[in-house]
Amino acid sequence: MALKKNIRELQKRRKEVFAGGGEKAIEKQIAMGKLTARERIISLVDKGSFSEYDLFVEHEARDFNMDKKTLHGDGVIIGTGTIHKKPVAIFAQDFTVAGGSLGLMHSRKITKIMDYALKMRMPLIGINDSGGARIQEGVNSLAGYGEIFFRNTLSSGVIPQISVILGPCAGGAVYSPALTDFVFVTDKISKMFITGPEVIKTVLGEEISMEDLGGARVHSEITGNAHFFAESEVETLDQIKKLLSFIPWNNTDKSDICKIKAPKKEFKIGQIVPDDPRQPYDVRDVLNSIVDDSDFFEVQKMWAANMVIGFGRLGGKTVGFVCNQPLVLAGVLDVDSSDKAARFIRYCDAFNIPIITLVDLPGYLPGVDQEHAGVIRHGAKLLYAYSEATVPKITLIIRKAYGGGYIAMSSRHLRADFVFSWPGAEIAVMGPEGAANIIFRKEINEADDPEKMRQKKIKEYKSKFSNPYVAAAKGYIDAVIEPEETRKLFLHAIKVSSNKAIASPNKKHGIPPF
Amino acid sequence: METSESAKSGRLKSINIDGTKYKTHYTTKFSQRTKWEKPDVKKVFSFIPGTIIKVKISAGKKVKNGQLALIFEAMKMRNRVYVPKAGIVKKVNVKEGELVPKGKLIFEME
Repeated sequence: MALKKNIRELQKRRKEVFAGGGEKAIEKQIAMGKLTARERIISLVDKGSFSEYDLFVEHEARDFNMDKKTLHGDGVIIGTGTIHKKPVAIFAQDFTVAGGSLGLMHSRKITKIMDYALKMRMPLIGINDSGGARIQEGVNSLAGYGEIFFRNTLSSGVIPQISVILGPCAGGAVYSPALTDFVFVTDKISKMFITGPEVIKTVLGEEISMEDLGGARVHSEITGNAHFFAESEVETLDQIKKLLSFIPWNNTDKSDICKIKAPKKEFKIGQIVPDDPRQPYDVRDVLNSIVDDSDFFEVQKMWAANMVIGFGRLGGKTVGFVCNQPLVLAGVLDVDSSDKAARFIRYCDAFNIPIITLVDLPGYLPGVDQEHAGVIRHGAKLLYAYSEATVPKITLIIRKAYGGGYIAMSSRHLRADFVFSWPGAEIAVMGPEGAANIIFRKEINEADDPEKMRQKKIKEYKSKFSNPYVAAAKGYIDAVIEPEETRKLFLHAIKVSSNKAIASPNKKHGIPPF
Repeated sequence: METSESAKSGRLKSINIDGTKYKTHYTTKFSQRTKWEKPDVKKVFSFIPGTIIKVKISAGKKVKNGQLALIFEAMKMRNRVYVPKAGIVKKVNVKEGELVPKGKLIFEME
């Protein structure tokens, strides 16, 4: 009899907490096109797999009449579940409870689940939907953020950390997502900024909307803070599941081996790339003609689109791809593209994912803006990341690799394991036009017909240096291959390098140029 | 829309790298970049929006290099703005108490 009573009491208490911030707040949440925190978790994990903790945690704030307020779950839900039948740790801020504001106990719940995730070596997924620090709790809420940032850093490179921005994420709160590996945003719902439009208006007199300041598109295309953009919350949750199908669960794990499927017939590798190095093509078509099932999953699609990064599978195993994109800015290296690729390379290296690099670039983007934005130190990140990485590194030069770009894009000199080249590839200090102008300047200037002489010299340079055989003669390229042989050779290279073991000099950590 | 998706259907532009012109698409950021201009030491601009608290110089007056020109409050800080070079003040474009946006020409030297 007593047990039944106790169970009824528990059920009553649970029901109260499950109501979150109450009907009105939930209605408001739904009106904004948002799911509730609990719905988000349930839609993300395998059916029936979610187990919640700290349901009955209460805040301890006493000032400003806070002692009279009940905040269910203190505005955050934490727990564990499974995705693809493997364990994950999740927290989701509940905007319906005090605007999802972060107080001491709210942050303690988050750090508890972060500690579980690290201890049990499983991915951490954080769903952010919060107005920011709970002002009434003063420095305690700042302490809470600090404890979270510290754990993000500690877990970095050990377990995958995923941040999902499904509402506001402002002020100090944005730094947790920034410290994690992948940030997911949804159009018109996600808002991220350090200082919001109101502060900017009062202090600086500049008027800007939340959307224009730090909406999903801004972070996907301009700042590079976000990695995945979706039109709806449901699409965002699907993207998370897709990403998790590719990546290993921790830094000692390997990614799941999937059933091998050949690339789709519509992608014909021999027909994508124009012979003329000045003509563009979409490097993603090349990728889709190589990877299993033509399933290339792109990361940071909209930002620095002159570099394409993402995951695909070869022979059922996950590979990270880093590629110049001739379709955008001729595939040049610049501040953003170097930054983008470098971070992705470090991710792959930390989680034992082999890296394949597809090279087709004319060099670095010229311009005062680039030089003054620090293209030297940003470009150096790419050299650092490739040199440092010890996972299998396979490089394919598709059409051209000029100057510093040749070195930076996973060249033999930065410890690439296998360097392949298609037969039409030009590997040289610069393009034939530029090279001829410099080497034969005198002859061109002194000729009766300088333009005719220039064309003659360009042709001369091309026939001598604009091919892969000069580099192949030195062993900088291991094999010149036909486009149709690419997938076969990649599969082979991945297979033979699967037990790769190299030792780097002992050190606490390096000092990458960031 | 997504840069490279929509770019596929748009018209190709060209970009010159080391004397070779490549056909390609631009990113939004690249299209919106501003042209660099050599800074003019004679012109002093507001580096942040704020309020002019005090003006210590006036047009036609001879001033010394490093002399206090005005006090400019921004982000709750009273910033002191100094004369960039010795000479005659050509024009002062602000009054005490005036709110100025970022990048406004505050004063210039002859």
